Amino acid sequence: MHRYLTDYILDITQNSFEASSTNVVLKIDEEDRYFSFFISDDGSGMSQEVLSKVLDPYYTNGIKHKSRKVGLGLSFLVQTIKDTGGTFDIKSKIGEGTVVMSSFDLCNIDTPPIGDIPTTLLALISSPQAKNFSIERNIKTKLGNSSYQLARSELIDVLGDLNNSSSLFMLREYLRSQEDSLVEYYVDRKLIY
Amino acid sequence: MAKMTLADLRALRDAKKVDIKKRATEGKEGRVIIGMGTCGIASGAKVVLDEFLTQLDKYGITNISVTQTGCMGLCSVEPTIEVIVPDMPDIIYGNVDKATVETIVKEHIIGNKLVNDHIIDRPASDIMSDDGDK
Ligand SMILES: Nc1ncnc2c1ncn2[C@@H]1O[C@H](COP(=O)(O)OP(=O)(O)O)[C@@H](O)[C@H]1O
Ligand SMILES: [Mg+2]
Repeated sequence: MHRYLTDYILDITQNSFEASSTNVVLKIDEEDRYFSFFISDDGSGMSQEVLSKVLDPYYTNGIKHKSRKVGLGLSFLVQTIKDTGGTFDIKSKIGEGTVVMSSFDLCNIDTPPIGDIPTTLLALISSPQAKNFSIERNIKTKLGNSSYQLARSELIDVLGDLNNSSSLFMLREYLRSQEDSLVEYYVDRKLIY
Repeated sequence: MAKMTLADLRALRDAKKVDIKKRATEGKEGRVIIGMGTCGIASGAKVVLDEFLTQLDKYGITNISVTQTGCMGLCSVEPTIEVIVPDMPDIIYGNVDKATVETIVKEHIIGNKLVNDHIIDRPASDIMSDDGDK
């Protein structure tokens, strides 16, 4: 299992990149006691048959791991959702794409902590398989609401290649400053909701 | 820090560019490749990525590229990374944590010395991903 909710975001969004998508959209919504993410892609999609197997930890497409026939990402997510009273939905159509939606209850004591959002977004934006990738991050709590948006193409436009360690360092500064602008709306859910 | 705009980011980049030119003769071209598959993520690959950026910046190294790859078939020793620098053999390190990252930067990348207790034998070619061995 993953230790942080952001590990799931990284893992599941990578599935979209790996499915030869051109456009991937990630939406992270933190609203009151819920932390949700929506990932949609226009990649290869899955047949009903594959879709029904995907939630089984012993399924992978036979290409990604040559040594084992075991996928883990989606089944980790589904198991954690089950264990913590969250909700999950996946829709996929061959040749059209896939949408994954998950929502975690931050008041459930078994829900993993959120984790490091800027580094997660940095790993995704700089992923060698990403193409058009956009991110929307919203927060809404009793203290107020705010949001920021990111587009990979705009960041490449400013920084050039996203492989060089000093470009990535600057990207991290940028991503941290975006997330820092939401800190005033952070609350300890277990105390408030 | 105030919320940066894209214009702020561009200004930061321009300032750094000048900085990089000043010490362009130092250091060497190289690559660090981090395994970011499910097992890598589960065992802390994100922390490793984060720490590489911190350490490379700390030592003023600007010409190393930091990239990611999927599952390398080494799930039991994740997080794994491959380090490719001139004058050194290409090495895969396993069980890399935050402290190991600084050791690898100081000893392998700067000092041309292997970090022996983290070296992993290269997996047999039949389980390497198509581009996993560069
Ligand atoms: N967004 C997606 N588009 C197309 N296929 C997908 C997507 N997400 C998952 N899959 C399919 O489901 C399989 C299992 O995914 P996952 O549980 O993450 O394991 P892994 O990615 O390690 O194979 C993948 O190998 C792939 O065939
Ligand atoms: Mg996966």
